[in-house]
Amino acid sequence: MRAVLILAGKDLRLRLRDRSAVLIAVVIPFTLALIFATVFGGNETPRPFAYAVTDLDRGPVAAAFVDVLDRLAERDIVTVRRVADPAEAAELADGGTIDAAFVLPAGIGTDGTAAIEVIGNVNAPTAADVARSLAAAFVDDLTSVRVAAVAAAGEPHDPRRIAALAERAARFTPPVSVVDVSAQRRILDTRTWFAAAMAVFFLFFTVQFGVSSLIEERAGGTLGRLLAMPVPPGAVLTAKLLTSVLFGASSLAVLIVATTAFMGASWGAPLAVAALAGAAVLAATGVTAVVASLARTAEQAGSWQAVLAMLLGMLGGVFFPIERVPALKALSWATPHGWFLGGLGELAGGGSLREVLPAVAAMCGFAAVTGAVAVVRLRKAVRP
Amino acid sequence: MTLRQLAAPPTSTGTGAVLSCRGLRKSYDGRLAVDGVSFDIGKGETYGLLGPNGAGKTTVISMVVGILPPDAGDIRVAGLPMTLRALAAKSRIGYVPQEIAVYPDLTGRENLRLFARLYGLRAAAARARAEEVLEVVGLSGRAGDRAGTYSGGMQRRLNIGAGLLHRPDLLILDEPTVGVDPQSRNAILDDVTALSGRGVAVLYTTHYMEEAHRLCDRVGIIDAGRLVAQGTQRELTALVGQCDRVRLGATGDLASAGEALERLGSVRGIAVGADGIELLDTDARTALPAILAAVSGAGATVRSVTLEEPDLEAVFLHLTGRSLRD
Ligand SMILES: Nc1ncnc2c1ncn2[C@@H]1O[C@H](COP(=O)(O)OP(=O)(O)O)[C@@H](O)[C@H]1O
Ligand SMILES: [Mg+2]
Repeated sequence: MRAVLILAGKDLRLRLRDRSAVLIAVVIPFTLALIFATVFGGNETPRPFAYAVTDLDRGPVAAAFVDVLDRLAERDIVTVRRVADPAEAAELADGGTIDAAFVLPAGIGTDGTAAIEVIGNVNAPTAADVARSLAAAFVDDLTSVRVAAVAAAGEPHDPRRIAALAERAARFTPPVSVVDVSAQRRILDTRTWFAAAMAVFFLFFTVQFGVSSLIEERAGGTLGRLLAMPVPPGAVLTAKLLTSVLFGASSLAVLIVATTAFMGASWGAPLAVAALAGAAVLAATGVTAVVASLARTAEQAGSWQAVLAMLLGMLGGVFFPIERVPALKALSWATPHGWFLGGLGELAGGGSLREVLPAVAAMCGFAAVTGAVAVVRLRKAVRP
Repeated sequence: MTLRQLAAPPTSTGTGAVLSCRGLRKSYDGRLAVDGVSFDIGKGETYGLLGPNGAGKTTVISMVVGILPPDAGDIRVAGLPMTLRALAAKSRIGYVPQEIAVYPDLTGRENLRLFARLYGLRAAAARARAEEVLEVVGLSGRAGDRAGTYSGGMQRRLNIGAGLLHRPDLLILDEPTVGVDPQSRNAILDDVTALSGRGVAVLYTTHYMEEAHRLCDRVGIIDAGRLVAQGTQRELTALVGQCDRVRLGATGDLASAGEALERLGSVRGIAVGADGIELLDTDARTALPAILAAVSGAGATVRSVTLEEPDLEAVFLHLTGRSLRD
């Protein structure tokens, strides 16, 4: 163990002294994330859906619906502004000031055909969709009462009937799916997404500096010297893997802190982010080590690792958001990158450690399989 | 004493020897590189493995330091069996590999501190010892510079220093002077002599006869993986017997000249080089006219003639029929 720490300390010191290693580990991913986020991202941050409501009815049923919106606003799921004129509401939606406007027609509480009109902002399709399903759910709920009342009495302006509807409307709770979609949009904001994508993409280059130096030591003769010393052969390999893990973990930690501080990225619950980051480092180390174990020279290892890092990064969706293409999204689960970004998405939707456990487990699975193959193969390489 | 007796393993069991090797054998892809090598080294003794490139010296050393498993044979360091995992045995050895094996991106001082720590020294002791060794190998002035910026000779000295850090009982140097300027080379040879004077056993491989001559108490002559003879220098030169060593500086058709010389009855060994011919002759003084006649008869011109007492070079020529240098 002592030899492992001494050797890993030596390797880390060499890496920190090596400018290109620090560039690849921290400087380049940070700079790229910053550039991409600035070019493509604007100032978009996750925010509640912005709704407006126009109440042309002014009856108790309409009031109940506005009340539903207010309760959602209290939970920061939506914002609501009251607008007197439907034309003004449409203008706000068209101009992008709000995501959608609800127009509550006169007679909503009594008229058998009245429906809530939703005017959506075309640039906020999700928010408009959510608004429509909310309105539809509300109206559906009332329809059942209305049908029952019509069967019983028949007089539309019967005060008892209006009272029954109002009472029903007041008890309305938005369907879980609506709240779920709006509150937990499992999508990272642009800044965080670029920060995370660049961080995990370059991680697969950063960890190479540990394992691949084993090949360099073999070529440079220092491996022979180490093995002639009272140093157990296993200690050399362990030190190399440890170097990868430590270097990868510290670069990722620096990137997370730096993008949070200087880019406004919001990674999510710290403990859960740490678990995801740790698992990603292990997976990257395992994958890289397998490649190193197959290569004959350090150059060969470097180029194979670069190709694999590109391929996995692309499949894992670090270059473009793959959420909208289901086939690509499915493929991304075959990569640690996909799990890492997916896990962070859970966190953006308000998840905590428990929600990211599947992603952590998947990445640890990658690490275990690739790590085992690499150790079996590299043990032979370390044995002279 | 016959060659067979000299080349046979010593009859002593080797107890008390710092290093004892018995019947070492190693082949690479079915080709024998080392074949039945046995020798002992006692405390304070300097033992030289002398042989041309490709003779198997590095292969022997790699097995001795425990980084190459032998196909057959037994290695003991201070009585401890050497294996890949024999950490106790390994801690007795200071190893100076043939290729420079230091970290070019660490300074000379950092390299030595690192290796001292790996040899088990505590941090403070490692720091102090690194300074001492830097002094010994004459690198104190450049200790803070990256090893990659050192000249070839300085890197060689650092490479050697790394083998001295833990005051080993046995120092193993594999051709430590290859590619070194004459001054550094002298310094290295002096260091080895001094260490040996302090009781360190030394195993030294070289293809330079002069180094073996200058350093070694005993020499093993290795050729094509076999130890063809071993003993003190006096014992070895006695093998050549009454022969004289003749060095002819010559130009022209040296190959034909060599063939002509082989036909002379008194010639025992012959090696044709680029600028002359070396040969062993049972009575050079009498045979010299015949030798010169044979050479010029074959179309070569003799420029100089040197007659010498037999040395290790002559022993090699005598035993293998070839010259050490080529
Ligand atoms: N790793 C190896 N693989 C195959 N052949 C080798 C290897 N190392 C050495 N040899 C061969 O073994 C023989 C002895 O080599 P070596 O021990 O390096 O000789 P020396 O050190 O005396 O020059 C040579 O013929 C060499 O080509
Ligand atoms: Mg050699």
